[in-house]
Amino acid sequence: MDFDYTEEQQLLEDSVSKFLEKNYTFEQRRQIVASRVGYSPTAWEGLANLGLLGLPIPQDRDGFGGGGVETMIVMEAFGRHLVVEPYLGTVVMAASCIATAGTDEQKQYLLPPIMEGRMRFACAFTEGGGRYDLDHVETTARMDDGQWVINGAKSVVMHGAVADLLIVSARTSGAVTDRNGISLFFVHPAEEGVSGREYPTYDGNRAAEIGFENVRVSGDSLIGAADRGLPLLELIVDRAIAALCAEAVGCMKVLNDTTLEYLKTRQQFGVPIGRFQVLQHRMVDMVMQYEQAKSMALLAAVKVDDADPVERRKAVSAAKELIGRAGRHISQQAIQLHGGMGMTDELNVGHYVKRLTAIDTLFGDADHHLDRFAQAESAQPLNVAAFERPRSKWRKI
Amino acid sequence: MDLNYTDEELAFRDEVRAFVRDKLPPQISRKVIEHKRLTKDDYVTWQKALHARGWIAPGWPKEFGGTGWNPVQRHIFEEECAAAGAPRVIAFGVDMVGPVIIAFGHPWQKERYLPRILSSDDWWCQGYSEPGSGSDLASLKTRAERKGDHYIVNGQKTWTTLAQYADMMFCLVRTSTEGKKQDGISFLLIDMKTPGITVRPIITLDGEHEVNEVWLENVQVPVENLVGEEGRGWTYAKFLLSHERTGIAGVSRSKRELAFVKHIASEQSQGGRPLIENVRFRDKISRVEIDLMALEITVLRVLAADRQGRPPGPEASILKIKGTEIQQALTELMMEAVGPWALPFLPDSWGDHWLGERVGPEYAAPLAAQYLNFRKVSIYGGSNEIQRNIVSQMILGL
Repeated sequence: MDFDYTEEQQLLEDSVSKFLEKNYTFEQRRQIVASRVGYSPTAWEGLANLGLLGLPIPQDRDGFGGGGVETMIVMEAFGRHLVVEPYLGTVVMAASCIATAGTDEQKQYLLPPIMEGRMRFACAFTEGGGRYDLDHVETTARMDDGQWVINGAKSVVMHGAVADLLIVSARTSGAVTDRNGISLFFVHPAEEGVSGREYPTYDGNRAAEIGFENVRVSGDSLIGAADRGLPLLELIVDRAIAALCAEAVGCMKVLNDTTLEYLKTRQQFGVPIGRFQVLQHRMVDMVMQYEQAKSMALLAAVKVDDADPVERRKAVSAAKELIGRAGRHISQQAIQLHGGMGMTDELNVGHYVKRLTAIDTLFGDADHHLDRFAQAESAQPLNVAAFERPRSKWRKI
Repeated sequence: MDLNYTDEELAFRDEVRAFVRDKLPPQISRKVIEHKRLTKDDYVTWQKALHARGWIAPGWPKEFGGTGWNPVQRHIFEEECAAAGAPRVIAFGVDMVGPVIIAFGHPWQKERYLPRILSSDDWWCQGYSEPGSGSDLASLKTRAERKGDHYIVNGQKTWTTLAQYADMMFCLVRTSTEGKKQDGISFLLIDMKTPGITVRPIITLDGEHEVNEVWLENVQVPVENLVGEEGRGWTYAKFLLSHERTGIAGVSRSKRELAFVKHIASEQSQGGRPLIENVRFRDKISRVEIDLMALEITVLRVLAADRQGRPPGPEASILKIKGTEIQQALTELMMEAVGPWALPFLPDSWGDHWLGERVGPEYAAPLAAQYLNFRKVSIYGGSNEIQRNIVSQMILGL
């Protein structure tokens, strides 16, 4: 049992924090969100220089060779700074997907440009009718003359419009909600038949609706095995969820620190409002929620690398559920304790609240993951003899 | 970062597990697991078994009979005991007065009382709360007046847990009314057989006799039974509260109770299906389970810091609040799980020697009483509101 960072992890934490403190202040972030592209090419280059774009890529491919814990360290810092870069889709999901399941050629062709910051990815898994279910795939891909032909539509694809390459889930066999028959493909957004519409999301990010009409991609655009893509898809999304949990913890930390500071400085009735017990107890509840959330982000970070998918799923879903609840609680209390100021766009509070709220929705909210957790967790009956004696006749006992 | 036990820790766990398997009488563990009433004998039997192995007081320094275990080993020990259904070790001697005597007691007090705590020859109770002094404990009024070689003690203590079994009481008394109220408090060790002590049962809402009123009328306590210095009792009381506090979360016991909830929810049925398949009920269980998973990691984080020489202070309050919330939720779920079978109230049926006829499944009988009894956990040991005050002042600086 050991909760310490290794020296290397500590260095990672220091360097990412230092970088963001200099390049991603709240004001800088405001300008980035308002910019035309909605992310910062300069910051992206900086992340590349720090080696962070190769975080999950093995060292023998010149990457950082990080796992769940390293991702947690980076994402927690991103959470503290409300980073809006396409890091989750490009690095946590696409790079790790390619490193895990890509062919040697795909790795050779795609990993270097990711690490060098020359290639951004978006993951197009969500469909309008499927809510959070990854196995709800109406989009189809069929083989024709050595090429895959893709038809369908994906919704709310985060950073979908700034991606140089998409990873798309499509059905190669079976019915819409079958677990088998799903495959993953690389699709170039400039390919003929791809259409897209970009829009902002309320948390300062961008997303896109993407359509595929007879889009033809080469036979080697398939990732992993045809029809057997779901386990890979679930693995990638679990990694994303564990990362989002860490990001949420970073957001919560700032909200709690900011709110505590406000309680100590804001004066009403001639005293700092933190002198009122009703507010003190609310603050303590926020702190407890934070500590529990941090524990779960840790658990998810460690277990996301577990070889057993059931163990992994249980930990990741448990973490997402608790963090969804905790994030909602902390968000609402932070606004309430800031009073009218908590309602303004000027203060950072609302921006952290919006990101936490969005994180709950990404890849399944608390209810969704409660369900997923319960299904993974089969009842473990205890060996307790419970027997009844035969009943005879009515009498007072 | 590694959440797994080391090989050494695993070997230690196996050692504890084997010991518990050999020495914990099954008729006792069965009572614990099924929430039945334990006798004084049941507690003492288990405590003596632990003593014989040298494991009764893991938190004490080795020279006084402790084990020398690190915080993680102690956690493993608690975990194994709880999982197997061992009775809790009654805290008043080993966890409460023992460490105070070790830290502040006179050599003769150490020599006299510590071995008898270890051997369970003395049963201790805690004379803290008074009718007028609950959360505001420092306002306590029980007077101790020095007359020659004795203190003459007059007053009333209340909520005194299991005082009906007690041989000794550690008692906060007022030796001065001057100055700050905290400064006039002293810490006395009182023999329960001293004339003038009357123990009266308080029957709680579950119908049980667990707590008592203790009346003290002109009770003569030898001056040598004062711990440390006169007027420093409040400091010792606070020391006591900060000692041995990671176990307060009760994670190991709650894990066992969670398994029990699942067990009965799979035995009970609704609409022809096991209750545990009812989504509305299943979700309630899952939510508590997730909270418990998080609390376990939180406890381990605190333990890891402890092992590195940063013992928990006010953080323990967070563990107490979350831990008791989970304990209460579990007793509530158990009662809900058995539905109408929670209603029959046959207290004799969850003690020893019951020959009568049961109503409903055996496991259902004590569950309503247990639910009611567990409302206490958010009140005792410093109510959860007082714990929030502590976090607010000591951690947040509000």
